[in-house]
Amino acid sequence: MSGNLATVSYIGATILFILSLGGLSHPETSRRGNLYGIIGMAIAVLATVFGPRVTGSGIPWIVGAMVVGGSVGLYAARTVQMTQMPELVALMHSLVGLAACLVGYASYIDTSIQLTGAEKSIHEIEIYIGVLIGAVTFSGSLIAFGKLNGKIGGAPLLLPARHWLNLIGLLAVIWFGREFLNAHSISDGMMPLVVMTAIALLFGIHMVMAIGGADMPVVVSMLNSYSGWAAAATGFMLSNDLLIVVGALVGSSGAILSYIMCRAMNRNFISVIAGGFGTGGGTPAAKGDAAHPAGEVTPVSSIETAELLRDARSVIIVPGYGMAVAQAQHTVYEITQLLRERGVNVRFGIHPVAGRMPGHMNVLLAEARVPYDIVLEMDELNDDFPDTDVAMVIGANDIVNPGAQDDPTSPIAGMPVLEVWKARTSIVMKRSMASGYAGVDNPLFYKDNNRMLFGDARKMLEEVFVALKS
Amino acid sequence: MSLLIGVPKEVFPGERRVASVPEVVEKLIKQGFRVAVEAGAGDTASISDDAYRAAGAEIVDDRARLWAMSDIVFKLRSPNSEEVGLLREGATVVSFIWPAQNPELLQQLAARKATVLAMDSVPRISRAQKLDALSSMANIAGYRAVIEAAHEFGRFFAGSITAAGKVPPAKVFVIGAGVAGLAAIGAAANLGAIVRANDTRSEVADQVRSMGGEFVPVDYVEEGAGVGGYAKLMSEGFQKAQREVFATQAREVDIIITTALIPGRPAPKLITEEMVKSMKQGSVIVDMAAEQGGNCELTEPDKVVVKHGVTIVGHKDLPSRLAKQASTAYATNLFRLMEDMIKTKSIVQETGTLDVDMEDEVLRGTTVIKEGKVTWPPPAPRLSAAPTQAAKPAAAVPAAKKGHGHGGEPMPAQKLAIVFGVAAAMFWFVGASAPAAFLAHFTVFVLACFVGYMVVWNVTPALHTPLMSVTNAISSIIAIGALVQIAPPLAGGAPPPNEWIRWLAVVGIVLTAINMFGGFAVTQRMLAMFRK
Repeated sequence: MSGNLATVSYIGATILFILSLGGLSHPETSRRGNLYGIIGMAIAVLATVFGPRVTGSGIPWIVGAMVVGGSVGLYAARTVQMTQMPELVALMHSLVGLAACLVGYASYIDTSIQLTGAEKSIHEIEIYIGVLIGAVTFSGSLIAFGKLNGKIGGAPLLLPARHWLNLIGLLAVIWFGREFLNAHSISDGMMPLVVMTAIALLFGIHMVMAIGGADMPVVVSMLNSYSGWAAAATGFMLSNDLLIVVGALVGSSGAILSYIMCRAMNRNFISVIAGGFGTGGGTPAAKGDAAHPAGEVTPVSSIETAELLRDARSVIIVPGYGMAVAQAQHTVYEITQLLRERGVNVRFGIHPVAGRMPGHMNVLLAEARVPYDIVLEMDELNDDFPDTDVAMVIGANDIVNPGAQDDPTSPIAGMPVLEVWKARTSIVMKRSMASGYAGVDNPLFYKDNNRMLFGDARKMLEEVFVALKS
Repeated sequence: MSLLIGVPKEVFPGERRVASVPEVVEKLIKQGFRVAVEAGAGDTASISDDAYRAAGAEIVDDRARLWAMSDIVFKLRSPNSEEVGLLREGATVVSFIWPAQNPELLQQLAARKATVLAMDSVPRISRAQKLDALSSMANIAGYRAVIEAAHEFGRFFAGSITAAGKVPPAKVFVIGAGVAGLAAIGAAANLGAIVRANDTRSEVADQVRSMGGEFVPVDYVEEGAGVGGYAKLMSEGFQKAQREVFATQAREVDIIITTALIPGRPAPKLITEEMVKSMKQGSVIVDMAAEQGGNCELTEPDKVVVKHGVTIVGHKDLPSRLAKQASTAYATNLFRLMEDMIKTKSIVQETGTLDVDMEDEVLRGTTVIKEGKVTWPPPAPRLSAAPTQAAKPAAAVPAAKKGHGHGGEPMPAQKLAIVFGVAAAMFWFVGASAPAAFLAHFTVFVLACFVGYMVVWNVTPALHTPLMSVTNAISSIIAIGALVQIAPPLAGGAPPPNEWIRWLAVVGIVLTAINMFGGFAVTQRMLAMFRK
């Protein structure tokens, strides 16, 4: 295949990738979108393998590596539980980051391309930046994986003077970058590159460790964006337009997604990345008196819950991370079906940041075969709560906290929330009275029209289901 | 020894309801009570003695014996003096009592050392809604009022066009949108009538609309919500404005249902004789306030009369006319009360004791006599969610922006200028220092960023996860970087400069292949689940 043909194939692949992202914007076109992505990727890989930059001797290596990696990937994709999606995605980001690092190193020690002057400097800067981003993505994603997996605690880890630490790291990276550019031989340059990689890895760890569990969706999508930028940097390094385009596409779409989510939480993008949610000045002090709601909680049994549901004409279910943890989505759907058969108007209200990944709840509900036209966004049904008989909150906390609206001292003040307390009755399913990821007490629990159903969400819902059926 | 609940037959003339029904008896027995029912107690509510027996109750023929054996007596109408005489000393009575209207009854019961829970005194707080028998009776009465009206009214409620001509829909005007009023609005709207409603409390307008009615406001600023969500007496100016509204409505509508009550006072006279005269022939007025004297000047309690061509229904026993439904609802309310008493340890089945927990707000309010001591009236309820809505949560949240796609309002010009300035400076720097080859790539890069930005704005939040997973899969395009390093064509077939490169590249390919195949496969799996 000639160089020109390869280039044209790259253009075709690029268009397919753009169509793929575009297709993913709506459920009806999404499957086709994914198909476009697959075809685009196949074209890109084949055009490269049979293109002018790869000789025949490399093909066995490539096929071998592809088969090994591909089977691992397919196996993981087949076996992963839908509730583990966030972890899987985070883990995959780390792979891209690591690959970017490896490609960067390989490119650096490759002496077959001789450059001089400004071109050499630019090439080296590209390598340096590519490895930097790759390393941050790699370690950051691993930490995110650990946090989502529960292997690492969700609470933000805040080193003293963390902003200074980051700044020192950045300065060190710049200084080593200078060293790297001035290095005369590859072995001279290797030392600064390795040191920088180590700093970048630490920086990635530090950055994600400092971000609280509630902000994880933003982090996952931000790392997604990083993996794109890493690909783009690699593209510059190798003078490959396809890599640049696709990297930029992924990078900017990830950034936009993070931004959309930050806006949904009414959080400043920069402050999320800088980390330390719920630890800003003054909030711990406010927790004592003003934020502590007065009143008593009213627990109910699953049988009473079933009765409330049976008598309701319209029900809104608000799922949260607790539903994912308890794997309760199927039972939720069974209840939904039963109620809908009885003419109850059942809908789902999804907060943009419910769960640990954007759209997490939608995926879980889709897995349970809940039709997506009764799954609505917060903005679409928040006005309907006053006309709703029962609002059932399953394992969510911060996203239904009225404190976000009424209490300006609350750490989540200003975050849009689902106004479940405006429903005639709200039922909150929780394991205990513990506060949510944001660590904020929830005045909803103490409202007169709120009932608490304590226990494991799945077990409780199963009881409710049985009670409803009888 | 478990407590015995006795359900006597109601003796009030015309009363058809009964204080418990078999379904609830079953539940009570499950809670550890024994239940005895007077023979024939459920006859008028179409419940046979056998049904009670099947539910586990004992049927007692002798009235006196039933009263004497009961630890707790479930009643509906407040007991008369004969019944008080039958009551065992120290027993408990659960019933409507109306302590304000019946002080001497209170004294008689106290003399029997009784404990009395008055279902009409249940505090109006949300937690107590499940035992609010007044509301459940009002609900039934509202429905029945519409049925009575339909019965007296000579036409269809719903409008339709038939071969026999056009039928205009009936117009119904409901005064007072409390529980009864709302139930009436719902029932009339369901029959197909055009329903309008008025209430002195303007905040119920939304509730009226939610039931399918149209709220007719009175153009006069005064808030009519009194303590505990009931209406209060309004000023003269307001009443005048209100009368004008009613007069207009009376000329237009076919049916008026009045439910206006003010606690502890005679019902306000809202419909004057003049208004009745102005109504169309064949119109119907159902006066649900007949028991308190009626909202209409011409109402005759307990009678259906025709005056000036208008039928005026003054039934005082509307819930009783739906005896089975009303009995079931009331019985359920009482069951909830029993549950609460067990929960608060006011009733302990094992020892068979009953000692009302006066710390519990609901039970405190409901109990009017405790072991012979009159405890009525209760201290003012701690109004938690009182109508102090004036201090609204200062609209803390700036109105949420509408969806994505528009990026909110445009940036202020100054900020925009700065952004453009910075961008221009950066571009100038790049243009001045970078070589031409780099610039070509840079162009592509910047344009691609914009494409990504444009494409992603419109994504629905439901698809965020699949989108991320697909972009993740696509970012394994980095494989190409590794692919070109594995065996590059070298000038003159020289050996690869470094064996390391190949190994790094191979590992890179393995990693990205995991991502590539895994990413697309998992996206496919997710998307396959989205369905309508």
